[in-house]
Amino acid sequence: MGEPAQKLDPVNKSPQEETISPWKEAWRKFRKNKIALVGTSIVFFFILIAIFAPLIAPQGINEQDLPNRLQPPSSDFWFGTDDFGRDIFSRVVFGARLSLTVGFLAVVGSAIVGSMLGIIAGYYGKWVDTIISRIFDIMLAFPSILLAIAVVSILGPSLRNALIAIAIINIPNFGRLIRSRVLSVKEEEYIMAAKAIGMSDSRILFSHVLPNSMTPIIVQGSLAIATAILEAAALGFLGLGAQIPEPEWGAMLAASRALLVQAPWTLFFPGLAIMLAVLGFNLMGDGLRDALDPKMKT
Amino acid sequence: MKMLQYIIRRLLQLIPVLLGMTFIVFLIIRAIPGDPALVILGQQATEDAVAALRESLGLDNPWYVQYFQYLGNLMTGDLGESIRTRTPVNEEIWPYLATTFELSFFAIVIAVIVGVNAGIISAWFQNSWFDYTAMVLALVGVSMPIFWLGLMMQYQFSLQWDWFPTTGRENVRDPVNAITNLYLLDTLIQGRFDQFVVVLKHLVMPGIALATIPMAIIARMTRSSMLEVMKSDYIRTARAKGEKMFWVVYKHSLKNAVIPVLTVIGLQTGLLLGGAILTETIFGLPGVGRYIYEGISSRDYPVIQSGILIVAFIFVMINLIVDILYSIIDPRIRYN
Repeated sequence: MGEPAQKLDPVNKSPQEETISPWKEAWRKFRKNKIALVGTSIVFFFILIAIFAPLIAPQGINEQDLPNRLQPPSSDFWFGTDDFGRDIFSRVVFGARLSLTVGFLAVVGSAIVGSMLGIIAGYYGKWVDTIISRIFDIMLAFPSILLAIAVVSILGPSLRNALIAIAIINIPNFGRLIRSRVLSVKEEEYIMAAKAIGMSDSRILFSHVLPNSMTPIIVQGSLAIATAILEAAALGFLGLGAQIPEPEWGAMLAASRALLVQAPWTLFFPGLAIMLAVLGFNLMGDGLRDALDPKMKT
Repeated sequence: MKMLQYIIRRLLQLIPVLLGMTFIVFLIIRAIPGDPALVILGQQATEDAVAALRESLGLDNPWYVQYFQYLGNLMTGDLGESIRTRTPVNEEIWPYLATTFELSFFAIVIAVIVGVNAGIISAWFQNSWFDYTAMVLALVGVSMPIFWLGLMMQYQFSLQWDWFPTTGRENVRDPVNAITNLYLLDTLIQGRFDQFVVVLKHLVMPGIALATIPMAIIARMTRSSMLEVMKSDYIRTARAKGEKMFWVVYKHSLKNAVIPVLTVIGLQTGLLLGGAILTETIFGLPGVGRYIYEGISSRDYPVIQSGILIVAFIFVMINLIVDILYSIIDPRIRYN
């Protein structure tokens, strides 16, 4: 009789099981995922390049060297030079700063605004939820790059405005995610307990609901940075983001389009940088999702 | 009957979304800092011209009056007049839309055929070299800046190897006699198979560039849903009965794996329509993306407004159709 009772007894967990926190468990899973580790390495590689750009780049971003214009890749100019004799390697290295900054800031901005709106919609429900959710629906009804183009066409083309546009178009993705999370968190017993002891709504939201909704924000955030980098480059390429002579990768592609026959390397390397950076964040995001919140996959 | 109810409910749910979309598009002109009429016409514009434009845009009325006027115009099919060409947008937009339709359709066909088959074969031969190669390519494909891929393809397949034309839709020395403006269809209707091949050749590179991301996503999705289905009991039964593996995969498994794949295809249309802007720019295709892009360069706000609205409308409609298809394939969905 005693044996089955023992099996069901929650106290009888092994000591190991009790000490592993969800974060440690996630880290263990993440570490085992080789593809995610490759992605993380790529991301760190770009972060280091962005931080130490002035030390890595052999030349300045706008240093012209006309006698050496349109040089193919060589030991002197690793990625070759463009039509002004500017060193493409140096420009790609400095471009990492712009692309990562835009990606990161746009995502942080949309995560903050989206989470706030999602929390408010999910927690208060009723008409507040209806209004916010309908706004999200409407925003998601536009293809994202088109909405970004619409925003930039109002604000005017610049890297800063592209950042704002990308942040705006990503708001509903975060908002919806957090809203659904809040809907389940708010039914938890500890939230009811907090209400019962008279805790204010704002305190419940910020000390309980938000921290318990962090996992999907982190996962969505890392994947959204990849998209944001791609969107910023696309806007730059269309002439609606960073403006010449800023060394933004998309704008560099646009500026060198006419050189496709003459000097294909002027296009090859900035594009490769975009692809690798996006790939890094995508792989890392996929790994984070599998480790932190496997349910999100569906 | 339940099906009809479901469709009606979905259509009713669309009304607020469509109204919201028109409102956002309406705001594009109103949100321009300063006097929109002056911004549109430029600093050199005469006062009379500015006043006339203000009048025609109804900028002197309160905003809600303007919005209802705008809605009223939309209901009668009036999308405004292009400032650049002085032609009503609804008259000049069709050839552009047709180009985008043709390109997007071609791209989605490539994405589905290649993506679904790559996913199936990867699942069938799980952990084989094909599986690894296909999935690495899919990972790279998802991260691909298609405007870069397009340029690199132009360099290699057009400029270096001369396999495909670099830009455009047709041979300019032997232009297609446009009937529907869907050139593949037009050339077939007229029995001009030589032109059909030329048009097809023009579509290959932009089509592949545009198809890359959806193809990669569809391949990954098909693989994972096939793997799940192939583990199920009924597949084991089919195999135990001696059914050939090919039929087990393509007949029994695919039918059930198609639902998540269909959702992905629906979701990708937005990406496709957005991507069309970039692809059309690179390959010099006169599509709706290019129409909007040129509208932005020349500050042609009626063109920007209507172009964005039409593309968004198409996107919403395609999603609706996918939802309905989804409920036909899996009736459980209707009741939720």
